[in-house]
Amino acid sequence: MSEANRFGSGPVQSAGSWHKYFFTGAVVLLCLWVLVPIYLLLVNTFSSPEAVASYPKKAFPVVDTESLKFFMNYAGVGQALWNSIKVATVTMILSISAGAPAGYALSRFDFRGKDTFRVLVLMTRAFPLPLLALPLAVMYIRVGLDDSVLGLAFVHTTLALPFAVLITYSLFSGIPIELEEAAWTLGCNRFQAFMKVIFPLVLPGIAASAIFAFVISWNEVFAAAVLTIENRTLPAFLLQGLSDSPLHLKFAGGAVLVLPALLFIFMVRKYLFSMWGIANR
Amino acid sequence: MAEIKIKQVAKQYGNTHALHSIDMTVADEEFLVLLGASGCGKTTLLRIVAGLETATTGEVWIGDKRVDQLAPKDRGIAMVFQNYAVFPHLTVFENIAFGLRMSKVDQAEIDRRVEKTATLMHIEGLLKRYSGQLSGGQRQRVAVARALATEPEVLLMDEPLSNLDALLRMEMRAELKSVLAESKTTTIYVTHDQVEAMSMADRIAIMNGGKIVQASSAVEVYRNPAAHFVASFIGNPPMNFLSAENAGDGWWNVNGVKIKGPNSSSKTLKFAIRPEDIVVHGPSGNGSAANDDSLSAGVRILEPLGSHLLASCKVDDQLFRIVLDSDAKVSPGDTLQWSPQPDRVRWFDPESELAIN
Repeated sequence: MSEANRFGSGPVQSAGSWHKYFFTGAVVLLCLWVLVPIYLLLVNTFSSPEAVASYPKKAFPVVDTESLKFFMNYAGVGQALWNSIKVATVTMILSISAGAPAGYALSRFDFRGKDTFRVLVLMTRAFPLPLLALPLAVMYIRVGLDDSVLGLAFVHTTLALPFAVLITYSLFSGIPIELEEAAWTLGCNRFQAFMKVIFPLVLPGIAASAIFAFVISWNEVFAAAVLTIENRTLPAFLLQGLSDSPLHLKFAGGAVLVLPALLFIFMVRKYLFSMWGIANR
Repeated sequence: MAEIKIKQVAKQYGNTHALHSIDMTVADEEFLVLLGASGCGKTTLLRIVAGLETATTGEVWIGDKRVDQLAPKDRGIAMVFQNYAVFPHLTVFENIAFGLRMSKVDQAEIDRRVEKTATLMHIEGLLKRYSGQLSGGQRQRVAVARALATEPEVLLMDEPLSNLDALLRMEMRAELKSVLAESKTTTIYVTHDQVEAMSMADRIAIMNGGKIVQASSAVEVYRNPAAHFVASFIGNPPMNFLSAENAGDGWWNVNGVKIKGPNSSSKTLKFAIRPEDIVVHGPSGNGSAANDDSLSAGVRILEPLGSHLLASCKVDDQLFRIVLDSDAKVSPGDTLQWSPQPDRVRWFDPESELAIN
């Protein structure tokens, strides 16, 4: 604000300060857009069931974990949570073991159709999931993959894979090829050079990319709802089970879904920025 | 310790010829510098010897072994890179020990050799540090120590000093020279810096357009450039060139003055002389030492460089540089009377651009 005051006098600067106000306003608006729902979610999650339904609200309610406890003991929640973790873990493993080699190849080798491939990787995200989910469900029933952890993990892997490829591509590209070449001249073959020099350097980034894949699977609801019946993941279970539940349970369920995802994304934000080409800060 | 033989090595990228059939032998324990402007193919040639790039045709031999089909690790080489390539996740000690660990040397021997090369490169106090905690000069020392620790038969260096600042470069240059002379390793060293090349090399191979134009000692490439390119590349400032017309019987007409030259049937040649190999008789009009055989040069720009005064002149409408004594009384617009030191004049064929003896 002091900046705005200092430069805010005179007709020339007024356009600049308008720009500044507009920019600040937009930032505040966007932050509120994200933070207000999270705030309401948290407040209502940690309120007693009576307080959730009452009006007006207190800004900082008395902490009451009653709804959370009730929600966690709700029949099927534990199983759904466990299913979510299983599917997300398999998704994470599959997308990194396929995505990291692809990212390495993109950054280190010149091959025909490289640029096309990069675009195609992103294009897979252009198909709406509902379009794919129904034919997939039919196919899964035929091959017996329906209602299974592995089957759902396959679908989630297709969703997470483009990100895994692009994040690891930018990771590998950030490591000078000379480091590998130096290892080759010092007695390594290609694989040894990768394991001894490149892998230790990209490990934190790979972990971040894996967590991102985990979160994509964790948050995904549509395919999970279509492809599973008995072995529902948490989002699919909540979609089905909570629509008729009381308000305070909906809030508790929402919090259990949102908080881990938020936490994980916050942990790996540096690598997501680098994927989108924003400098690390 | 081995001889390197490069036989008809050529490299093509699509339709561009990066290297045209290079033939070269580097003697055992020799320090050869590949010198040339960027894009002349010198780094490509080095990388082909290292095995980081494959030649389109030709053979590379190290010692008695043909290596051009072998992986870099099987060639008995070590390489120092322009950007150092010190492994950031390993300590200086582990960096230097890296090659030794790969060849399964036992721990006592590793300790001994790391200690020895680190002392040689004056980095024995930094062994526990990581690359991020080192200055550019220290990283360069680590990179050289890492290469020397494996006691390679052949050491390849790709512009190792070009990322250092000028003062440090001069210091490292002298130090590297003594270290390498002691290690007796056959070395190929790539640089675009002619001072670096001349001060370090046993032999300089000057490259241009994917060919080796001349490979000789520093004094030889300076005194007797084999081609117009070498004459205009080596030396700061480079050689002066004037066109000469055949006046018969080995006499050549250079800007109206007859100078004794080679017997040749061609109509014109290029007369070449280094700026410091010129005898100046004084500004015209003084009449002191000027004689009939002297040429005249109109002074345009004067650059006092401390050790000498560099005069950029016009002779026959061509740029002509003369090195004068720092105390010389000259000002722009003067006309200098000069003549070449006869034994330093060189002649080039304007067609083939090669030297004529």
